[in-house]
Amino acid sequence: MHSTSTPRKLGWLQIVLLAIPCIAVLIVPWFNRLEPSLFGIPFFYWWQLVWVPLSGVFIGIVYKMVVAKGSGD
Amino acid sequence: MNVVASTVFIGLFVFIAILGFASAHWRKGDMSHLHEWGLGGRRFGAWISWFLIGGDLYTAYTFIAVPALVFGAGALGFFALPYTVVVYPMVFAILPRLWVVARKHNYVTASDFVAGRFNSPGLALAIAVTGIVATMPYIALQLVGIQVVIGGLGFPTHGFIGELPLIIAFTVLAVFTYTSGLRAPASIAVVKDLLVYITIIAMIVIIPIKMGGFGHIFAAIPKDHLLLPPIKDGNTGMISFYTTLAFGSALALMFYPHATTAVLAAKGPNTLRRNWVFLPAYSFLLGLIAMLGYVAYASGIDKLPELAPYFAEYKAQFAMPGLLLHFFPSWFVGVGFAAVAIGALVPAAIMSIAAANLFTRNIYKAYIRPDCTVQQETSMAKMFSLLVKFGALMFILFLPLTYAIQLQLLGGILILQTLPAIVSGIYTRWFDAKALLLGWATGLGWGIWAASLTGFQKSGYALHLGGWVIPAYIGLYAVILNLVVAVIANLVIRKLGVANDNDATELADYVG
Repeated sequence: MHSTSTPRKLGWLQIVLLAIPCIAVLIVPWFNRLEPSLFGIPFFYWWQLVWVPLSGVFIGIVYKMVVAKGSGD
Repeated sequence: MNVVASTVFIGLFVFIAILGFASAHWRKGDMSHLHEWGLGGRRFGAWISWFLIGGDLYTAYTFIAVPALVFGAGALGFFALPYTVVVYPMVFAILPRLWVVARKHNYVTASDFVAGRFNSPGLALAIAVTGIVATMPYIALQLVGIQVVIGGLGFPTHGFIGELPLIIAFTVLAVFTYTSGLRAPASIAVVKDLLVYITIIAMIVIIPIKMGGFGHIFAAIPKDHLLLPPIKDGNTGMISFYTTLAFGSALALMFYPHATTAVLAAKGPNTLRRNWVFLPAYSFLLGLIAMLGYVAYASGIDKLPELAPYFAEYKAQFAMPGLLLHFFPSWFVGVGFAAVAIGALVPAAIMSIAAANLFTRNIYKAYIRPDCTVQQETSMAKMFSLLVKFGALMFILFLPLTYAIQLQLLGGILILQTLPAIVSGIYTRWFDAKALLLGWATGLGWGIWAASLTGFQKSGYALHLGGWVIPAYIGLYAVILNLVVAVIANLVIRKLGVANDNDATELADYVG
């Protein structure tokens, strides 16, 4: 069953897409500030929170690129 | 004692205990095989894997410790968020390859893989022992979550009577793990996560409304608490520490034995990939939980006369339970506390199974009884899982809590030292086992030494480099050193022509 699932190898584009959310939450000096705040939540906090669902979106895009439809479990 | 909350709490606890026992029959396989008991037959689909891995990584200790850290230390406590953002893109790239090769050769642990790949039971032993040592205090810490909520229900917390609820909870855990293996935490994880989501969402919606919105809450926090101190005078300070702690912890998380166990139990590599698209939902929850630390700070609940004694006993760890007690009716307190206690049982079960798999495969079978049958192998794993939990219980009952916390901190540093061997093996066979072993030993030795400089209180080390002072996570510095030593040693070994190139796996086993 597992033999049916041979996904394409991760290329440069996929690696960059996976790296973007990681970099976004690791450039600490850039987001270490209070303004602009959102619903009263300082920038430092909402910036990192927003990247949580966004990281899922980026991973989802890479999933669509590397896993062909019907390639099994 | 809070009668309503305690009744709800005990009712939910009994329910999951029954569920734990019943799950032995769920998609039943031949339980005399280790991959059935210890990996649930590698049959968990995307949904169950989502609950299992989520329930495994976001532990009860997280619910207590993360808000406690934010409550006490401010912005630094939020490192848990970038940590869990970074981890999924990395595992997405790396771990499906491990799954495929592990399935083909029936590897149950990461050490099995290392033993086969590098033809080195010695390197596998080093990695297995590191994993077991790092996991033990982690199991012990799960008990802390249970202890805090049992205290919060108003039960006595000292003497034999005080320890009885903890002993009962752990006995239940031990017995259902013994009979049902990984299927037990997998089924309980579903209930646990529903309770956790309900509790946290209710807290994060209702409490800020009662307090006049997040604007009010954040306005009540001192500014130096809300941000990290900026880089100045050639010292990168908390900025570099925050970054490296998040990144290093993410690297370590991947190769904790309980994480590997949950990953290898999935039905296939695409199941895992799908799973990681949706696992960040838990991280979002974690971010909300972290913010509860500020909510507790702004509400000043630690100064209320009815809660002050708890804060005196449990310190900042009572931030999250205190919010529940102050803002919610008793029955909901029971639900929330049950979420924390059950949230402790799921990872504790998986951790003890993971440690048992390591001991059985990479110590018992590799060194003590190489000719043991599959039945003997499985019964040894079941026995060892009991022993591990008993050890964790003794740890909490008889040693000061600070030991468990310090050892868990050290555990992350130790686990990171297994990374070069496992990750390099997933991609290349360039390294020789001897070089990796030398790197492991160097990283381990330096890491323990650096942690000892802080009296095992903190996980940071300030590196002085070219006029700069760069405080960073010890584990990350140690693993860099580990890798550098391994590369140099490997160049020497290759030059001398004494490398061992035997490999039980082949190129075609590595896909994705």
